[in-house]
Amino acid sequence: MDGSPTSLPLSRRDALRRIVAASALAAALDITAFAAEDIARIGDDPNLLAKEIPWPRLLTAEEKRIVTALGDLIIPADQYGPAASAVGIPDFIDEWVSAPYPEQQKDLSVIRPGLAWIDAEARTRFGKGFAEVDPTQQTALLEDIVKSGSPANKAAYSFFKLIRDRVAGGYFSTPEGWKAIGYTGNVPSTEFAGPPPEVLQHLGLV
Amino acid sequence: MAFLQTSKTRAARYDVVVIGSGAAGGMAALTLAKAGAKVLMLEAGRKYDPVTETPMFQTNADAPLRGANTPDKPYGFFDATIGGWVVKDEPYTVKNKVSGAWQDGTFAKRDATDQNFMWWRSRMLGGRTNHWGRVSLRMGPDDFKPRSTDGLGFDWPISYEEIAPYYDRTDQIVGIFGSKEGIRNDPDSDFFLPAPKPRGYELLMQRGAKKLGIPVIPARIAVLTKPMPGRAPCFYATPCSRGCSIGAAFQSTTSLIPYALETGNLDILTNAMVREVTLDAQGRANGVHFFDKASGQEEHVLARAVVLGASACESARILFNSRSARFPQGLGNSSGHLGRWLTDSTAGEMSGQIPALENMPLHNEDGVSFQHLYAPWSEAQAKSAKAMGSPRGYYTSFGGGRKMPGLSVSLGPNAGGLFGTKLKEEARRYYGSFVSASGRGEMVPNDKCYAELDPEKKDRFGIPVLRFHWKWNDYEIRQVEHMQQTFAEIIEASGGKASRQPLKDASGVMTAGGSVNHEMGVTRMSAKPEDGVTNSFSQVWDCPNVVVADAGVFVSSPYKNPTLTIMALAMRACEKLQAGMKDGSIPVPA
Repeated sequence: MDGSPTSLPLSRRDALRRIVAASALAAALDITAFAAEDIARIGDDPNLLAKEIPWPRLLTAEEKRIVTALGDLIIPADQYGPAASAVGIPDFIDEWVSAPYPEQQKDLSVIRPGLAWIDAEARTRFGKGFAEVDPTQQTALLEDIVKSGSPANKAAYSFFKLIRDRVAGGYFSTPEGWKAIGYTGNVPSTEFAGPPPEVLQHLGLV
Repeated sequence: MAFLQTSKTRAARYDVVVIGSGAAGGMAALTLAKAGAKVLMLEAGRKYDPVTETPMFQTNADAPLRGANTPDKPYGFFDATIGGWVVKDEPYTVKNKVSGAWQDGTFAKRDATDQNFMWWRSRMLGGRTNHWGRVSLRMGPDDFKPRSTDGLGFDWPISYEEIAPYYDRTDQIVGIFGSKEGIRNDPDSDFFLPAPKPRGYELLMQRGAKKLGIPVIPARIAVLTKPMPGRAPCFYATPCSRGCSIGAAFQSTTSLIPYALETGNLDILTNAMVREVTLDAQGRANGVHFFDKASGQEEHVLARAVVLGASACESARILFNSRSARFPQGLGNSSGHLGRWLTDSTAGEMSGQIPALENMPLHNEDGVSFQHLYAPWSEAQAKSAKAMGSPRGYYTSFGGGRKMPGLSVSLGPNAGGLFGTKLKEEARRYYGSFVSASGRGEMVPNDKCYAELDPEKKDRFGIPVLRFHWKWNDYEIRQVEHMQQTFAEIIEASGGKASRQPLKDASGVMTAGGSVNHEMGVTRMSAKPEDGVTNSFSQVWDCPNVVVADAGVFVSSPYKNPTLTIMALAMRACEKLQAGMKDGSIPVPA
């Protein structure tokens, strides 16, 4: 996992540039072979009681603004709970795509060009960046992406699905997200009561 | 006697040196120390204390990357393992299935890897007991006599009746919940703790399996549902794979080692990587060479006996590296069986979705974080499996339910272009409706699966490393096909829909050997010296004051996860060793 000893060490920037530039190739490449070795990693013996993220974040302020806007369209504030940005999802996405591991670097190779694309698309259509246009325009843009369509739309659609899944997964991993999805566990109790009567009834087991 | 801060404070000589601190080493140390032997435990990894280090109640949001699997932490951030598929500068070599070339074992997904073998190693006090699945199934009478039962594999030189008393005593130390069922080859324990109630989805799948003639019974798991001395009962929250600070989920570090230390007869030295067992002029073991990571020095400690509990393959490696004029092929290898008959459990899985589980009234079904029910191998399954060419059994357990949501939470079958409040509603509707059935099965040992010393490669201590050969038999491939078919049937019979068609040919989805972490057989016991590495009391034929306490001595690899049997055999072997040292029947150095 540390790359073969014969491969040339690449600087982080070079490595990332290569990934971004070759996003179409990224899936086929053995990314581990040039995974940025100079970026601090979690390691195999981290302090499990502290959340220490050792790698620097890569998203620019502008990219994060787009992530924030997009995240809050994906997970808005509603009767089920707060919006994505209210529980730190933009920071989580930055943490995720900046991580020095193959899976995350692959996501970066989709998400970064995707953010640029959706921003450019907003400028073309509405004359302003994605984070600046009003919510109905943002929604309209998303609606168009999710409608199946041209091959151009296909790349946008896979970008959307990827960032949507990361935003949703990040959200539902938080206590607020638990409430939204209906998870009521992680609380100690003296015994495990089993399913309550209304559940047994729901399942047709009574 | 206690934790040694440095090797300088150890004694020059002990009655017994125990190598390893997990299920085998922990039970060996406890058994010997209780019997009055002065014991030194050597652990290759660092000191680890689950009481202070376990992330209890932390949410996935409290972990980097929401706790996702990474090459650094292959089972997720919170997994209580220091080590994994890769241990830095301690390589092992595997064959690339595609190119046929040898390569270092690497981080890989077990079902997608090109490696023929994967080796999970812990480098920490307590070893792999800190994160294991706690499944504690006794082997049954047939499991010890497979060759006599169906003509395949090999018989053990011991029977269930001989080991049953040690299972009884092990159960009382470990604490296992379960239920008495009276199934002949899945023996009950008189010491089962009460089993927790089944979860909703488990009840549905129990009912589904019953329609197929497959009985589903309470699981048998090493988690306390009643207090034991010094250990609190489970409070039904926070995953056990993180470790357990209250000692409810069994691990050597809370449940064996503290009691061994209490005797005053145990010293523990961590960061001590053993190279070899040394012999005196008469060919009796007289100590071990180890590398003290703290000082960077190679050291030798004297002992009257040595117990290997470093994990099956690591113990075999130490024996291979214990070469002398008397034993040029390694200690215990006079028969040529050292490293051979390597087995692992098979693994098969099928996922699905059950509409009856949608829109469930909110309720907490964390439970003990493992299965509450399981299906032991049934007569109905044995019959249909035999017809498919699969001679051996597996057990089935069910996953799913309203687990702590993480990054991979499902948004349901209509996830496609979902976003907004509709997304939350769909996630809420389908949450907890996804299920899976998974199996762990028995492999018939074959001569294509073995470990040997790599002819060239050494680790950072200069110790020659292992390389692995692996090939599944058709028996196992047919078994995984049977699993897939059966699991799909159970999911359908439970009112659900399997996520895919069962494969007609499972040869493409067989896991890499070793990836279930159940390596067994490489130092197998035998009735005659020419047939194995140890005798029926786990003493090395070549040198009886060396005992192998881990799963290397297993002659068969039943679908009963090995940990419980490791501990029962370790207890039995160490009592015999202690008695033999006392009465002179085991030769020890002067």
